[in-house]
Amino acid sequence: METTIAIVKTQPALSPWRLFWHRLRRRKIALTGGVTLIFLYAVAIFAGFIAPYRYDQISDNAFFHPPVWPRLQGFRLVVPRSEQMPGDFVYRQISNDTRPLHFFIRGGKYKLLGFIPCSLHLFGTGDDNYSVYLFGADQFGRDIFSRLLYGSQVSLSIGVVGILLSFSLGMIVGGISGYFSGWTDTVVMRFCELIMSIPALYLIISLRNVFPPGMSSSQVYAMIIVILSFIGWASMARVIRGMALSLREQPFILAARSLGQSHLKIICRHILPNTFSYVIVAATLSVPYYILGEVVLSFLGVGIQEPQASWGLMLNAAQNTEYMQRFPWLLAPGAAIFVTVLAFNFLGDGLRDAADTKSL
Amino acid sequence: MSLLEVKNLKVYFPVKHGMFSRTPEFVKAVDNVSFTIEPGETLGLVGESGCGKTTLGRAIVRLVEPTAGSVLLNGENVAQMSGSVLRARRRKFQIIFQDPYGSLNPRMTVEQIVGEALDIHKLTDSKAARQKRIVELLKAVGLDAIYAQRYPHEFSGGQRQRIGIARALAVEPELIICDEPVSALDVSVQAQIINLLRDLQQERGIAYLFIAHDLAVVEHISRRVMVMYLGKVVETADAKTIIREPQHPYTQALISAIPEVDPESKRQRIILPGDVPSPIHPPGGCPFHPRCPIAEERCRTEVPAFREVARKHFAACHLAGTKIASPRNPARSDAV
Amino acid sequence: MNLLEIKNLKMDFGTDADALRAVDGVSFNIGAGETVCLVGESGCGKTVTALSIARLVPTPPANYVGGEILLNGRDVLKMSSGELRSIRGGVVSYVFQEPGASLNPVFRIGNQIKESLKLHRPEKATNEEVIRLLKLVGIPAPESRIKNYPFEMSGGMQQRVMIAMALASEPKLLVADEPTTALDVTIQAQILELLSELKRRLGMAILLITHNLGIVGDMADRVAVMYAGQIVELSPAKELLRRPLHPYTKALMASVPKLHGTADRLSAIPGNVPRLGNFPPGCRFAPRCPIAKPECSDKLPELVEVEAGRFVRCPFWKSP
Repeated sequence: METTIAIVKTQPALSPWRLFWHRLRRRKIALTGGVTLIFLYAVAIFAGFIAPYRYDQISDNAFFHPPVWPRLQGFRLVVPRSEQMPGDFVYRQISNDTRPLHFFIRGGKYKLLGFIPCSLHLFGTGDDNYSVYLFGADQFGRDIFSRLLYGSQVSLSIGVVGILLSFSLGMIVGGISGYFSGWTDTVVMRFCELIMSIPALYLIISLRNVFPPGMSSSQVYAMIIVILSFIGWASMARVIRGMALSLREQPFILAARSLGQSHLKIICRHILPNTFSYVIVAATLSVPYYILGEVVLSFLGVGIQEPQASWGLMLNAAQNTEYMQRFPWLLAPGAAIFVTVLAFNFLGDGLRDAADTKSL
Repeated sequence: MSLLEVKNLKVYFPVKHGMFSRTPEFVKAVDNVSFTIEPGETLGLVGESGCGKTTLGRAIVRLVEPTAGSVLLNGENVAQMSGSVLRARRRKFQIIFQDPYGSLNPRMTVEQIVGEALDIHKLTDSKAARQKRIVELLKAVGLDAIYAQRYPHEFSGGQRQRIGIARALAVEPELIICDEPVSALDVSVQAQIINLLRDLQQERGIAYLFIAHDLAVVEHISRRVMVMYLGKVVETADAKTIIREPQHPYTQALISAIPEVDPESKRQRIILPGDVPSPIHPPGGCPFHPRCPIAEERCRTEVPAFREVARKHFAACHLAGTKIASPRNPARSDAV
Repeated sequence: MNLLEIKNLKMDFGTDADALRAVDGVSFNIGAGETVCLVGESGCGKTVTALSIARLVPTPPANYVGGEILLNGRDVLKMSSGELRSIRGGVVSYVFQEPGASLNPVFRIGNQIKESLKLHRPEKATNEEVIRLLKLVGIPAPESRIKNYPFEMSGGMQQRVMIAMALASEPKLLVADEPTTALDVTIQAQILELLSELKRRLGMAILLITHNLGIVGDMADRVAVMYAGQIVELSPAKELLRRPLHPYTKALMASVPKLHGTADRLSAIPGNVPRLGNFPPGCRFAPRCPIAKPECSDKLPELVEVEAGRFVRCPFWKSP
């Protein structure tokens, strides 16, 4: 007599990732953060296309120009001409002298994704006398909106690349240290603590001085990532080490050992994958620190250099309190940083709640 | 030749007392244990927490390093092996664990879990053969082939335990250490797993070291039973004999402590006073004497030898054979 | 009037479309001084039912959708928080499965017992009373034990401290949720012996939750067997063990290996305990039942009194 046990539902296997995604979807704030970030990174990728001007496009008669927005005339968007008035950086818009705003217009050259030469822009007037400065212009007459977009490429990518580097290193070191424990663990952890005990800001600046002053912008970019990663990996290593230490006593690890699995494979296949839910959360919540790290370096003048654009470098110009009062649009990069950091934190909080299977 | 011969096995764990202590202390988890297991036989191992049964099981499969003694598998001393030689020998002995929830990697599918065993020892030579073997193993433990793509959290405790058994079977072992395999399962599922283990033994001739704290389960599945207390073996005999005629007072107390379903049995419960003492400072003489109802002066000072007290029945007690309660009449349960 | 009357208790986890019914129409009584065992496997709802007696299940996520719990005639589900505080400890006390987890590791056990006294019998919140309670539960040398931290005691001792804490407030009903499952079998025997003795001396009613039918034989006056959120059999203990009526009870008893039993194959119950939200239609045990008939899956059977004091939820209980 056989009793058949019916399989109630046949559905695709519920991998831990899918479960995680289900739980994340229910947290609206996290999704808001996530969507915002997707938007920001998409904009960064297409910065050259969306920006009406190049990041180094100087305009002699537009220093500290206030924002110029296109306005509706009939059914068309038009941009008025600006005229410099006597005195310190004062301007006036001439409302009846306008040019229409065109979309998908040819303009200054740029390289899409870094290697495809392109000159198509999302919008523009085609005439440099009729400039559309959405967020005004800086001290060299460069469009802040465009520089913001180009700067986002630097600032946003540094966060991601830095995290990937430091967390990979941290996971490997922490995994080995926790799994083997004993002397390996002691030595490695003391080294991590050494690194962590040095105040981050001073470490950043000292490391900067290790590198020669005259470097190309892409070298500077790589240098910043290396410096920030060097500081960041230690704290991740410590946490992963703690997780590895407790995981190695779990029966499924003992089972792998009793089957004769090699230590390396146990670390890579069993221990580290079970730290992913923590790592993702920690990574998301750490990216803001990397972004801010770059901001600090560039702000202090030892990071990204002119004429490149980065949010930190742009804030450098806003140091002068008189300028901040008279030309508040110079602080646009600060707002961008704020939104980005907030979005990462919302997403990170949501990820942490979704990963915590004890909460509902 | 016996399949497994354990000789004078000792597993001591040092207790660290800080940097400046001079005499290191040891937790004598397994203290000079010797026994054999024949091919295809089940040896039951009972004892309470702290008696060393789990440590003994793990020491045999080298998850815990033995401090002294030998573990002879088909004549070869496994306790001294290392490296690739040990890895190759690991196919001969496997272990299944108590905790069905912790014994499977939550991020791997059933196929990956069972397949890993095959991959480590290169037991199949093509993807198709591997697939086929995995399905065979799942069927052997009573699981449907479509479960191969599922993740552990989708299964019940009993099913997870079956997956663990399939993993152990994959390398075709001759001995499986069963470390409390049914203690964490629902009562209605325990019988399924016990039956499964017996069936597999009959089909494949696998020997078991069946570790449990439930004497009734152990008696049911084992040919012989070993009772441990504080790292030492106190009694070994055939399963039926040890239940009917326990010679050691601890065994007698253990048996009488089991709540019995039969409402008619009027037995005298032997309640042992106190707690199981610490394995760091075991009592002198017989380790059981502080709790023993019939302890004498000799028991406090002299360690009793593990000797044959009846045919094929061994006990470590100066007063072996003294009954401390009237023997329980086997309850004849009415047909239910 | 009974000390405790649970009438048709229904409780869900979650709300609306997501709701999972954990307790589905459970009814039973406990008289003063009586010991009732609630037997069942994981997920059957026994723990949640027991916790409901003092409304210890947090709502949300739990949601009481029906029934009453009358403690000395007053419905617990309708009590205010002030009334609840006074019955918790005052009328009903709990002892849980893991004594190590139920005791606060950073406080000495003497202080923890005193805390219980301060809440319900403040005039007796003294060391003398604590020592008396420790003696009552059989802890040797209680005067020195008062200063112990939980980690300094063994599992059996910790459980005795838990029981002392529960008794400090002199409850009428002691709810013990698998109090010996985490303990070694010889210690289990000690604790069960202690509970029996306390029952005799203090005249306390006990609701004992367990999955071990052997404990039922030793301790219980009456037994309720639960499966998938419902009571399937309710009966005096000796009757149930001598002659179980529900197929599930029979199968459970047959599947447990017994001492001195034969070494033949155990008669296992096929399949798995259904999980919350996945209960089969009709009789919930039908898919695993050896005598199931097609109509069993159509309609959920009622709990019916088939002999004096014996209730079964199965129309075919007479089958062998």
